[in-house]
Amino acid sequence: MTTALEKNRTAPAPTKNVGRSIDRVDGIAKVSGGARFSAEVPYADIAHAALVHASIPRGRVTGIDTTAAEAVPGVLKVLTHQNAPKMIPSAKPSIMDLSTMAPGTPINYLNTDEVHWNGQPVAVVVAETLEAAHAAARLVEVSYESRPAVTDFAVAQDHPKPVKGSLIEVGEVKTGDAEQALAAAPVAVDLRYTTPGQNHNALEPHATTAAWDGDRLTVHDATQNIDWVRKHLARRFGVPVAGVRVIAEFIGGGFGGKGSVWAGTVLTALAAKVTGRPVRMALTREAVNRTVGGRAPTVQRVALGAQRDGTLTALVHTGVSQVGRAGGGVEPVASQSQYLYAAPAILVRHSTAEVDALPNTYMRAPGEAMGSFALESAIDELAVELGLDPLELRARNEPERNPTGRQRFSRRDLRAVYARGAREFGWSGRDPKPRSMRDGRWLVGWGVAAALHLPVHLGGDVLVRLRADGTVLVRSGLQEIGVGVATVVAQVTADALGVPVGAVTVELGDSEQPTAPGAAGSTQTSSATAAVLQACEQLKRSMLGLVRRSSPPLRDATFTDGGLFRADGAGRSYSEILGDAGLPSIEARTGSDSRLGQAAGQVRMMTRFLADRRRWVHPATGAHFCEVRVDPDTAEVRVTRWLGIFDVGRVLNPKLASSQLRGGVVMGIGAALTEETLVDPRSGRIMNPGLGEYHVPVHADVPRIDIGFIDEPDPTTPLGLLGVGEVGITGVAAAVANAVHHATGVRVRELPLTLDRLL
Amino acid sequence: MVDVELRVNNEVHRVEFDPRVSLLDALREELGLTGTKKGCDQGACGACTVLVDGERIASCLALAVQYGGREITTIEGIEHPLQRAFIAADGFQCGYCTPGQVCSALGMLAEHRAGAPSAVTEDLTATDIPLTEAEIKERMSGNLCRCGAYDGIATAIREVAS
Repeated sequence: MTTALEKNRTAPAPTKNVGRSIDRVDGIAKVSGGARFSAEVPYADIAHAALVHASIPRGRVTGIDTTAAEAVPGVLKVLTHQNAPKMIPSAKPSIMDLSTMAPGTPINYLNTDEVHWNGQPVAVVVAETLEAAHAAARLVEVSYESRPAVTDFAVAQDHPKPVKGSLIEVGEVKTGDAEQALAAAPVAVDLRYTTPGQNHNALEPHATTAAWDGDRLTVHDATQNIDWVRKHLARRFGVPVAGVRVIAEFIGGGFGGKGSVWAGTVLTALAAKVTGRPVRMALTREAVNRTVGGRAPTVQRVALGAQRDGTLTALVHTGVSQVGRAGGGVEPVASQSQYLYAAPAILVRHSTAEVDALPNTYMRAPGEAMGSFALESAIDELAVELGLDPLELRARNEPERNPTGRQRFSRRDLRAVYARGAREFGWSGRDPKPRSMRDGRWLVGWGVAAALHLPVHLGGDVLVRLRADGTVLVRSGLQEIGVGVATVVAQVTADALGVPVGAVTVELGDSEQPTAPGAAGSTQTSSATAAVLQACEQLKRSMLGLVRRSSPPLRDATFTDGGLFRADGAGRSYSEILGDAGLPSIEARTGSDSRLGQAAGQVRMMTRFLADRRRWVHPATGAHFCEVRVDPDTAEVRVTRWLGIFDVGRVLNPKLASSQLRGGVVMGIGAALTEETLVDPRSGRIMNPGLGEYHVPVHADVPRIDIGFIDEPDPTTPLGLLGVGEVGITGVAAAVANAVHHATGVRVRELPLTLDRLL
Repeated sequence: MVDVELRVNNEVHRVEFDPRVSLLDALREELGLTGTKKGCDQGACGACTVLVDGERIASCLALAVQYGGREITTIEGIEHPLQRAFIAADGFQCGYCTPGQVCSALGMLAEHRAGAPSAVTEDLTATDIPLTEAEIKERMSGNLCRCGAYDGIATAIREVAS
């Protein structure tokens, strides 16, 4: 008699998990308060640490009076450059060991009397309680010898230094003579845009808990890159990498702000070493803003030349961005301008200007997030000049190949994106004339902008273990910053091995696990799932080895329904196969545990990465359609409707991918309307280092955000996916600014679009 | 030090507090109830929202010694269909603001049931204010979500409210 189960086995492959909107596997932990973050790991005898910040932008500490601080009951230690043990300086950054890029700045905190920015940590107070640590930190008296400082980007930007191009930084890219083509163009716009400094302000402030046991160090750290923290701390403290364990079970948002190693992490480990106690340092919101870099302010020029029919003849996009004198890198604002439009002459150039300020760092779509504001605003301005629909202008200039190189696009269908977005948004109902649409007293405007980001694809190590009870364990030191990586890894594993998602447990967030790439560059999900797939293939080969003598033969059987089954229904469950072999489990892994093996793996990965880059451009693309309402009297801007259509390759979990893209849109709306890190040019001090003064969007600032996918696989990546972490924010600020122009007739080329700039 | 009897999630804790300790730090550091989050410690983000006698407060702006004898509910003491609704609607990403969002939403729904108007309520004297999308978003605007999961949060709240 055939049972229902056996019948099912002969049916076509069961509903696949990949592509389904399944709930997050860590959802219950997150809604119940059970998810544990880095400041929440219980340690008996824990001490608390707080930072003391420099109050000058540049100079030298001439004296520190810690008497009053030390007199506070419960204070264990006040660490300054006068008494802190020496740490080994950071390594020189090298492309062959990416972990050398870990530190946000090479400054050797508390091992130097030099001050490089207002806010640099100059002392750490360690105390029995949080209250004592913070109270005492306020009592540390620091005297300085000031040196002349440049604190204002508006001044520094007049002395830019060109960026030398490298493997990791775009300097100048030229195709044809863009300036000459611009001068000869029948229609041209030549415009200047500015964007301010911004801060990630992830809801979880950076926090570290560190405990030493002899030479062994355990660190719970809010990081997007467990491996970098591990290797960086091992170097700084001169201990073996294998003796440093970094754990990050859950990370409360990152957006790039937790991508590098900043002062808090290093100084917590130092404080624990000095006091011989486990130490926790949960940075205050102010300390996050003053010791962890944000997005650099920029000034950009976009000039476009076109024929009267809208065919682009010249595209110039140059940008100057702020860097700290003590570190930080270029904000490559013209990055997308290399790829987005088919102009025969393109000039892209980046420069930096040094300021005595906290070194800047990566923030969601570094370069493109703010560069797309300029480029996509300029395209809109050109469309107005030409009297062309801005979507039509974009569609007419779609490139067939990379317009600044020989590579092909691995996939790209922006015309389809534009067409679908226009249909779903009702774009044909738009009267192109500014101030032509009203709803009661509100001026209504519709804006559009293209989105483009190049997700990175790196390797990653993973272990997959199939147990005799049919359950699967996946281990990889991934970082759960909110993207749902455990969920999609479980989905991919379940499909690869033919087991239910519920049978898969994903363990992540620990350096004891195989080394994973950081959660950055929109790479984590694609890298992790590709590694999982590879390990599953190995595991399946081993499994076939176990059944090679079985009867009936299972050579051509399918891995499905928790076993190996033939089309006629005959087969064996994994439990039976492993039971017969006398094995409790079977496993496969990618990567190596040995240092040599890891180094070889890194070289292989870089070689593959570079070879791939010569052949392909893998763009995640999309288009934003938005509606704003502007109060004609107060110039208050409300975003009232949003549609984003995205082409991000294959979508593993539409619910989670949509959430990430929405998150990008929300952050972009903040950048468009409210977000700005304000610096007092007299002192170089950040004036709004808190959520009461740095305004991220709240519930009422954000409308429903509709997300649509093209959902076709990228043919060049193992699972066909690109990345969704960053493309969502690109183009957003331009879409808002374009809509505001449509509503009001006022063109704002400075972010954020505050009332004063609109009135 | 001040001796306080804190009633949290129907359990009584007798604790000696430094009078400077905020209710938030008391919950997290003294009682080990780390489900309540610290996002800004300045009352600006809502991550530390707990319920006190059924009303939502920012526990970072409250001193623990002032809350003796009050009925404090944290996320660890909540079992409500709203939590399932958050999961189904994907009303979070990193999960850090989530306990505060859940507590705040429950407090907000109670305020709404009691007839409290908000800044977007058209008729301030109405006894039965419709809980529209705009009302939900306005009333939840004290709880920041940097991951931008506002859509899912509003969906979850609507679902449970109806």
